[in-house]
Amino acid sequence: MSTLEFTEAEVAFRLEAREWLAANNPGRLPSMDTAEGAAAHREWERTLASGRWSVVTWPEVYGGRDASLTEWVVFEEEYYLCGAPTRISQNGISLLAPILFGHGTEAQKERYLRDMTDGTLVWAQAWSEPEAGSDLASLRATATRVDGGWRLNGQKTWSSRAPFADRGFGLFRSDPSAERHRGLTYFLFDLHADGVTVRPIDQLDGTPGFAEIFFDDVFVVDDDVLGGVGDGWKVAMSTAGNERGLSLRSPGRFCAAADRLLDLWQTDPQPHLRDQVVDAWIGAEAYRLFTWGTVTHVEAGGSVGAEGSINKLWWSDLDLSLHETALSLLGADAELAGPWVDDYLFSLSGPIYAGTNQIQRNIVAERVLGLPRGGR
Amino acid sequence: MRFGRTPEQHAFAEALDDLLGAAEVAVAARAWAAGDHSPGLKLWQRLAELGVCGLLIPEDLGGMGATAADLAVAFERLGYHGAPGPWIESVAVAPRLLAGTPDADVLPRLASGEAIISVALAARALDADVCERTYALRNRVGLTESNTSGSPPSGSGGSTSGVLPLVEPGERQRAGVETNTVPSATLNHAIVGAEQQSVDPTRRLFDVTPGDEIAAVDPTALDLGTLACSAQLLGAGLRLLDDTVAYVKQRTQFGRPIGEFQAVKHLLADVRVALDFAAPLVHNAAIELDTEAPTAARAVSAAKVAAGDAAYLASRTGLQVHGAIGYTREFDLSLWILKVRALVGAWGTPAEHRARILESLVEGR
Repeated sequence: MSTLEFTEAEVAFRLEAREWLAANNPGRLPSMDTAEGAAAHREWERTLASGRWSVVTWPEVYGGRDASLTEWVVFEEEYYLCGAPTRISQNGISLLAPILFGHGTEAQKERYLRDMTDGTLVWAQAWSEPEAGSDLASLRATATRVDGGWRLNGQKTWSSRAPFADRGFGLFRSDPSAERHRGLTYFLFDLHADGVTVRPIDQLDGTPGFAEIFFDDVFVVDDDVLGGVGDGWKVAMSTAGNERGLSLRSPGRFCAAADRLLDLWQTDPQPHLRDQVVDAWIGAEAYRLFTWGTVTHVEAGGSVGAEGSINKLWWSDLDLSLHETALSLLGADAELAGPWVDDYLFSLSGPIYAGTNQIQRNIVAERVLGLPRGGR
Repeated sequence: MRFGRTPEQHAFAEALDDLLGAAEVAVAARAWAAGDHSPGLKLWQRLAELGVCGLLIPEDLGGMGATAADLAVAFERLGYHGAPGPWIESVAVAPRLLAGTPDADVLPRLASGEAIISVALAARALDADVCERTYALRNRVGLTESNTSGSPPSGSGGSTSGVLPLVEPGERQRAGVETNTVPSATLNHAIVGAEQQSVDPTRRLFDVTPGDEIAAVDPTALDLGTLACSAQLLGAGLRLLDDTVAYVKQRTQFGRPIGEFQAVKHLLADVRVALDFAAPLVHNAAIELDTEAPTAARAVSAAKVAAGDAAYLASRTGLQVHGAIGYTREFDLSLWILKVRALVGAWGTPAEHRARILESLVEGR
């Protein structure tokens, strides 16, 4: 019989995390998308790293604990249940690092991984372009071969964390004669290099959580090509399933949010909202259990492919409906600025980023259910 | 840490699929609905030979001594194939309900498939006409509860003991609000009355009134029934999705398979998502019952709500995507559409289970 029981070592790991977090958690910090908040979040990353809690699944040599996936989920549960801050290093740790581990040279890993663990280097993602959103493969920004490296030109947009980050990563068209998925190369670049202009964009919550990035003959050394020249699409997508499936949003976040929703319900238990409160809890519980199923599958040697899209649909819809329920409970006070409104506004982005939910449904239909492609 | 079915459970599911896939279950279900039990009873016997009827009966009484997790596997497959008959009552509920009572003597014959038993959770018993014995549960206002939700529990009952709401309509007010108590139940022989028609024609319902009292009800027996119902709903939902996916691949309109249209794809993707997240709740409820976790009743309720919602979404989507052919009795899809509708409200309504969940969550804080 399979059980939900944890090993002694896993329980010890949980308790160690809980104890350390209780002693060090600064609680809610100012938004990381402000200068003050970004500094505070970097400081928190430094503190996390000092306790070796910033990247628990990484090898010890890069500042991790060689923790198992199970331990990672345990850590995340503890992290969010105690109300610890959002992670300013998330782009680097969960989007870039898996690709560095899989495709990076030893020199690249040496150069970038450690600085990612303690907030020294904060990374921005640079996927979308004005004319390439859901249809990412239509991107137009170019990379032109020059002596010792490349020149980047073009424009990226909706680049998360770019206003206060140090470096970025993204795809550029290195072979102008190739079309769509071919001829793309994955580049790492300095956001403060000559020729880079970052124009912050205020998000719905009024803070510049993303930016446009303009590239005007920006020089990048050969060493900042990640994976092979022309292999950018394959490299970028190599971990997409895992990101949507496991590491992008850990269940701890939603369990903690459902817990806060129950607190709110208890302050004013409105009978007509009861079912919605319960459904938020059920949704978070389902996500927690589903994730343990995924962890079991991956630890037994399985991988997460298109199924990751199922996951993304669930947590993004859950997050939004949970916060809508909270606002319903708050009644007329729901419009007042505060944590619930902040988190609600953030939850509105869930069905859009990391591939819109419409694209995810196409992926589920075509690659999980096996329905015919085409017919957009 | 591992969470999921064991290799043995996967093999058990496959064995059930092999048997049921070749057994023309839909034909048996239609005959059952028409009052001809013989194909259904033959199926019952074959499943008994595979050990299904004795899953929860101890080995020394001729059963399998299996777990609730094994039970959930079996019921998911029974739901998938649409097997007719009082499976929940006989296989999931009766063993625990009758254990330790004077009526436990039937258990060996229950395991062998010779005896079939019905249990009426509320005022009606399923398939009492084919059952050797039929039982009715009678409410008794008993355990006190704190009305922590600050609102009428809408007839919810629910308690730490895991007793499902068993209040009859007239008793609802008194039991739920004024006396602030919830009912516990007694197990009684049933006096079987007139037949009632279910929305699902394969569910032949009979009015019952409680006769002589036998014992107190072990609430876990009812949670096992709810678990089995949840698993059956999950299986029915999976079947509706599979059949609908197959249909949209071959049905052509505007010169292409309708499964190419995004409007259709997105509906079916949502069904896949709902079923995939109901499944771990069902498995977890079984594990919690097996380990006698203090939150087991709550886990069962969560499984029932999620499996009911997901299966209902699968049935609505399946019907919509099939179009008019789905709206016919002749087409087999109707068997699952109607069964899901009936099971959503059986073994505790979604509202009752949500109330039980909330009460447990609030209590634990």
